[in-house]
Amino acid sequence: MHIPDGYLGPYTYVALYLVMIPIWVHAGRKLSQELRSRQVPLLALSAAFSFVIMMFNLPVPGGSTGHAVGGAIIGIVLGPWATVISISVALILQALIFGDGGITAIGANCFNIAVVMPFSAYYLYRLLSGNSGLGSSKRMAAVAVAGYVSLVLAAAITGLEFGIQPMLHHDAGGLPLYMPYRLNITVTAMVLEHLVFGFIEAMVTVFIFAYIRRTDPSLLADSKPKSERGLEKVAVPA
Amino acid sequence: MILGWVIVDKNIRDMVIGLFILAILTPFGLLASGDAFGEWGLNDLKEKLGYAPSGMEELSSTYSAPMPDYSLPGTEGSTGSALNYILSAVLGIILCAGVLYLLGKRIARNG
Repeated sequence: MHIPDGYLGPYTYVALYLVMIPIWVHAGRKLSQELRSRQVPLLALSAAFSFVIMMFNLPVPGGSTGHAVGGAIIGIVLGPWATVISISVALILQALIFGDGGITAIGANCFNIAVVMPFSAYYLYRLLSGNSGLGSSKRMAAVAVAGYVSLVLAAAITGLEFGIQPMLHHDAGGLPLYMPYRLNITVTAMVLEHLVFGFIEAMVTVFIFAYIRRTDPSLLADSKPKSERGLEKVAVPA
Repeated sequence: MILGWVIVDKNIRDMVIGLFILAILTPFGLLASGDAFGEWGLNDLKEKLGYAPSGMEELSSTYSAPMPDYSLPGTEGSTGSALNYILSAVLGIILCAGVLYLLGKRIARNG
């Protein structure tokens, strides 16, 4: 899902940089208002986690590869705005040092992976889990669905950005200048592949959620209803 | 400084250990051959299409990263790639965590 240099034309990559600037500014402001010093190590580790999980390339039939992101669980635990900063840092380092994702496409990649994904995961999780208990199967299902759908959605948006290139940029003879494949192909390919990788993202999301619930459920406190907080403290052994 | 914190908090310490275990396992990510959709090299795309999109040809050389494809400088495609991949993962962990730790400490409120 890391778009390299050359696949997006200037209209798209400039536009997505312009979209990202106010998002980064707002996320930075929110973080400086809300971040407490004891949360800093977790924030730092979240970016490192996302960085590493994206290195686990998996094959799909047809010779293509892909990977999970970890964006859903980070979005659920840290909230979407902190996740914007966390995953953007991972993506920018991947582009600058490891050539994974283009320099011109940093805005696009951050939008798809560090914005679309955590926001969709966070709100789906909130919507689907409702008032269910922290350990309920309903809440675990919400966590899994948030992981699955958010990855597929991010892939679909990436496919959309790819697919509009032949319409936006072609030479006099009609040959595309950047990504050559059209919308129906790019969106279909990105979505179909990530219908597979979505299961991995869902598993990662559920696994980490369950781990945090067991080790430090207070981290999940903001995402559960107030009325339950007292009960949960009694129910979960230290 | 960062290690001090890590050792104090058991959960954070366990997460750091988990991250380094993941880093050691990253070579499994090398088993999948081929490129992700939309991440093909220019030459591969030229073979598929019969031509290279001209704008892509120009833009694709915008920047060359010091450690392309998570390999150490000057060792692209060498047989030590599993070790390179692990070292890249470790470097990535340190850089990501380091940048956010320093940034976080600057802006965080006490508590």
